[in-house]
Amino acid sequence: MTTATAPRAIGGHKDSFGATTRSDRWWQGGALTAAGLIFFFGYLTVRAFQGTWLWANPYISPTGAPPLFTPASGYAGAIPVSHAWLGAFPAWWPRFLPQSPAFFFPGLAIAFRFTCYYYRKAYYRAFAASPPACAVAGPRLKYRGETALLLFQNLHRYALYGALFLLVCLWYEAFSAFFKNGQFGMGVGTLVMVLNAALLSGYTFGCHSWRHLIGGRKDCFSCDAGSKRAHGIWKKSTWLNSRHMLLAWLSLFWVAFTDFYVMMVSRGVITDLNTW
Amino acid sequence: MAQRTFKIWRGDSEGGEFVDYTVEVGPGMVVLDAIHRIQAEHSSELACRWNCKAGKCGSCSMEINGKPRLSCMTRLNSLPEGTVTIQPLKAFPLVKDLVTDVSWNFEQNKRIAPLKPKARDADGNHRMMQEDVDRVQEFRKCIECFLCQDVCHVLRDHKKHEKFVGPRFMVRLAQLEMHPLDTDDRIEKIRKEFGSGWCNITRCCTEVCPEHIGITDNAIIPLKERVVDRYYDPVAWFIRKVLGRK
Repeated sequence: MTTATAPRAIGGHKDSFGATTRSDRWWQGGALTAAGLIFFFGYLTVRAFQGTWLWANPYISPTGAPPLFTPASGYAGAIPVSHAWLGAFPAWWPRFLPQSPAFFFPGLAIAFRFTCYYYRKAYYRAFAASPPACAVAGPRLKYRGETALLLFQNLHRYALYGALFLLVCLWYEAFSAFFKNGQFGMGVGTLVMVLNAALLSGYTFGCHSWRHLIGGRKDCFSCDAGSKRAHGIWKKSTWLNSRHMLLAWLSLFWVAFTDFYVMMVSRGVITDLNTW
Repeated sequence: MAQRTFKIWRGDSEGGEFVDYTVEVGPGMVVLDAIHRIQAEHSSELACRWNCKAGKCGSCSMEINGKPRLSCMTRLNSLPEGTVTIQPLKAFPLVKDLVTDVSWNFEQNKRIAPLKPKARDADGNHRMMQEDVDRVQEFRKCIECFLCQDVCHVLRDHKKHEKFVGPRFMVRLAQLEMHPLDTDDRIEKIRKEFGSGWCNITRCCTEVCPEHIGITDNAIIPLKERVVDRYYDPVAWFIRKVLGRK
């Protein structure tokens, strides 16, 4: 029996930032999460500000879909004016901002992911170190949880409503990708867009707020026919909810990949294999 | 048999130190077995709470290599090679060595109103359908080991014991709030007295739960959503106030 050095902390626990007796690579999860979030959201932010190479007939990048406005000229690979809901960017559009369709409806996805219960865990841990990892001490800052500045997180369901609207639009765009100049067919880009909409559906319908709204708020699932139907939907949502983190990452990756694919085809770097 | 070194916290609320013990370990041994061997061979006064040795009583909670775990369910061969560090729980006052005073949790439990069942059916029975109790049955798996309370950074690091009741009791509140027979309105207390807003859903409670209860996804977040219905959703507020619908 030997005596080790004696720390002052009771129970051997210290409170300084990062203090832990964990012997595993506890920092790895947070570091990978931070790297993934920075990479994917960084890429999509750059693409949103570029506003170029968002269209490769009949494919549209999710970064620009659905397009409220589109630039009439000056942007290579821009979405055709005829495809935009309100046509070309208006004259009052500020000159210091690029004419990017990403500034409108696609922004709804940012609100949805930012307030998502999974992403909250991810960035609270990875960026705010609150906590850095389980049983690892965070910074000695005043903690208010989600009772003060972060109260807005309670409006996640409104971001969900926006995401549901966006989802309908992306399914429409995916369906439209089966038609090129009025002719039915399909290409690799069509499959990429359909998979994008499918993964986003899996992520959205596993949302905790959705799961609550469609049935979770009820205490009785057997009381009436409506509640029984709600229970069926709730169980399916619960299945997706248990995979929410996986679907959050897969759908994020695939949104970026879909954009990248459309950009590559639009620039002529790769040739889309298709039936047209 | 191989030898293994255990670095165990010895002391009380006044202070203490880590002490190294080396004992023989064999296949299938768990951390609690090693502690018992240390008690038998080196230090009979080493304090450690335990009971069932089957992962069902929740008594032998401690921190093993920095992670809150049940010592009776942590096999030595599941731990990485080298010295095993064993500490008492951090979130509760230390009594001696590996024993903490978890009575704060029992006080929280007393604050929660028990089930207030609706009237019985005409034949004098209460009836519940399986689909209505599936959710709350998950919560009944809790063995009250308080590992979730210990790992929760709101309690562990920020010491908000007076603000937040902790994950274990959010589970208990969810069990009652979602119960098909319960008639009590608990939402106001869940927000104001039990502090649902203090949880920032970082899921450590779920990660350490030995019963694999979906604490965050199935208990805390659904309660947060019910609080949103009542206090933060303007449309729900409008429907409730103006149209008179619940």
